[in-house]
Amino acid sequence: MKQRVEIVKRILDSNEQLAEQNRKKLDNHQVFAINVMASPGAGKTTFILQTIAKLSQSLRLGVIEGDTAPVTIDADKITAAGMPAVQINTGGDCHLDANMVGLAIDQLDLDEIDLLLIENVGNLICPAGFALGNHANILISSVPEGDDKPYKYPNIYRNIDVLIINKIDLLPYVDFRMDYFREGVEMLNPGLKTFAVSSKTGEGFENWIAWLQERVVGAQE
Amino acid sequence: MHELAVTESLLAIVVQSAKENRAQKVTDITLSIGALSSIIDDSVQFYWNHISKGTVAEKATLHFNRIPATMLCLDCSTEFTLEDDLIPCPNCDSINLNIIAGEEFQVDSIEIEKEEENNNETKS
Repeated sequence: MKQRVEIVKRILDSNEQLAEQNRKKLDNHQVFAINVMASPGAGKTTFILQTIAKLSQSLRLGVIEGDTAPVTIDADKITAAGMPAVQINTGGDCHLDANMVGLAIDQLDLDEIDLLLIENVGNLICPAGFALGNHANILISSVPEGDDKPYKYPNIYRNIDVLIINKIDLLPYVDFRMDYFREGVEMLNPGLKTFAVSSKTGEGFENWIAWLQERVVGAQE
Repeated sequence: MHELAVTESLLAIVVQSAKENRAQKVTDITLSIGALSSIIDDSVQFYWNHISKGTVAEKATLHFNRIPATMLCLDCSTEFTLEDDLIPCPNCDSINLNIIAGEEFQVDSIEIEKEEENNNETKS
């Protein structure tokens, strides 16, 4: 006897349920968490270090570092900056998922953290599909990557709350049409909060830091 | 890219549903995959053939219902489908758009074989 069974279930439903658990755990400890995504070399770690430098006086921070290989270069840099950091080695996987982040969260003392920065694996495709349970998704797009990224990787621009345009100190040397880039972003994610910065010089960080601080304080009320 | 993880999740959903419906065998699986979801059919099928071995859904055929990316212009109400590139409204050139389809990523249904509930009916 043959029978058709309707299911209609999102394929990554189980990941989404785990992400929801992570979210609850973070909320219970009043931790505001951000998921930082970007392609390899866009400057994620430098961006996080610059953010830490600007916030470490006023907030207690923690970092989860995702990497595809068991190297601790990024985690070492963070630890050197005096922050609790947990390294996740994805064993070649191209993205973090909610399960990995859940295990990493359990290694941190959440009562001692106000803001958790999760550095995702450098990739513009896969991380977009996997919810982690964080409160805001941040995408870093850097000037030398080119102005066509929203057109080529539309998916990752859809589910983000903040866009960071990084390495703006290189604008004089690179053919990057800011209008063209921003138009592509606007088509995919209208009114997206965008900050243009240089993680190297610290230019443009005031507004980003102010936005972030406001959100962290909001999470604690 | 992440098709292995996706295919594993798919298998878990199918096996669970087969169990709930006391299926002996899953023969067909229908999926809706939006063009914007960055999933490659062939790759999912490839992983499926490997990881479904020994399960109730071994050798099930995957049917991909590919949904094109469809945009709605919020200024002139033109609906248009994206072929390859992201483009402004072809009618009025506006970038004030809404994505109304193309982000689907779900299992729609499965077809299963069940044991006859009453063996006497199999005489014919």
